[in-house]
Amino acid sequence: MGSIFTILVSTIFVNNYVFAKFLGICPFLGVSSKMETSTGMGVAVTFVTTLASIVTFIIQKYILDVLGLEYLQTIVFILVIAALVQFVEMAIKKISPTLYNALGVYLPLITTNCIVLGVAILNIQEKYTLIETIFSAVGASLGFFLALVLMAGLREKMETADIPEALSGFPITLIATGLMSIAFAGFAGLV
Amino acid sequence: MTSIIYPVITLGGLGISFGILLSIASKVFEVPVDPRVEELQRALPGANCGACGYPGCAGLANALAAGDAPVNACAVGGQAVADRVADILGKKSEDVEKEVAVVLCQGDCDKAKNKYIYEGIQDCRIASRLSDGQKACSYGCTGCGTCYNVCPFDAIEMVNGIAVIDRDKCTACKKCIEVCPKKIIELVPYDNHAIVKCKSEDAGKVVRGNCSIGCIGCKICVKNCPEDAFTFENNLARINYEKCTNCMTCVEKCPTKCIVNPVNEESLVN
Repeated sequence: MGSIFTILVSTIFVNNYVFAKFLGICPFLGVSSKMETSTGMGVAVTFVTTLASIVTFIIQKYILDVLGLEYLQTIVFILVIAALVQFVEMAIKKISPTLYNALGVYLPLITTNCIVLGVAILNIQEKYTLIETIFSAVGASLGFFLALVLMAGLREKMETADIPEALSGFPITLIATGLMSIAFAGFAGLV
Repeated sequence: MTSIIYPVITLGGLGISFGILLSIASKVFEVPVDPRVEELQRALPGANCGACGYPGCAGLANALAAGDAPVNACAVGGQAVADRVADILGKKSEDVEKEVAVVLCQGDCDKAKNKYIYEGIQDCRIASRLSDGQKACSYGCTGCGTCYNVCPFDAIEMVNGIAVIDRDKCTACKKCIEVCPKKIIELVPYDNHAIVKCKSEDAGKVVRGNCSIGCIGCKICVKNCPEDAFTFENNLARINYEKCTNCMTCVEKCPTKCIVNPVNEESLVN
């Protein structure tokens, strides 16, 4: 039980995938302008990451390891992620067209969100069990979710702030991201 | 041999099984698409200019099918497109009043004086920051052609230092209006034949010193207009286009020729 808690705290705060590992910056910057879309994106990424980690864990353990095909890891994992993203896209289009339109191009881009692949590969590298894999994936995507929502909150405030023209938009967002990751560095040593 | 067969079978098998699962999922999560949307999209001009306020023609087609947008929402397509859209939706189209964008300045290189010679980046938004542009008149067209660059319909030409909009090519998409730092481009009804082509709010004497074709605030147009269509404020005459009957009295009387008839404008410029 202790190790699971450690994994959760580690992936959400200490080794936050956005602020400490700098993975998934593209969707982080692209979708964090509004609270509503960022929560939608967070949920979609959480779903994809968790499911992808489970599926890739099973494939790695029962197919690739057994057949000695570990070198196919990357391509097989990407195949799994791509299929899952397609699935999520169809599901969201059916369930919430508003969210589908709001996420726009960033939805299929979850495929290339390096957090999803990064988590799947790191889980195998860390030699986690299935339970640990699931919690590490949930933690990683919650960390991404947290980063996204924090940023969306900041950016909604920044809309009305008096920012020099040269800095408004992405520059100020990147500066805020940098400051935020310094803040997250404060968690280092917690685990 | 196995070193090839195993990976091929593994990847191929995974690919096929994901394919099957996805095709099942696509049936389960199928979203019925309104067949009119595609038809509407074909009827629209496809310029994706965004003048209607929706993200591109596809966005407008969706809004039209959902009934959120009026049939004449497309300013670019005008009456022809509105009719076709109305046909597809089974609605009646209302008449669209055609509008065109007009640059309200005639101070070209010969008529307007310069404060200094600008040799910086050729963009009005930048040029106009340097003490209101190089022209002595702080209201005038900067002449760097930012509107010319932004026009998706090739309707703007730069003639002797000012932008001139071709009223037949202009589709009233408002791109130039948004980009102009001087705010001297405005939409004017296509059928209106008298336009005050000056935006200077300076006093008459100052205008006369800066430019030979500006509005000097003499009010001759206001006094002579039989329809009372003129208003005069901030040293500038403005026409109420709804009252104007194209009698052309003001065009004839204007001493500086800053009220013009856009129909034979070409002959005036040359």
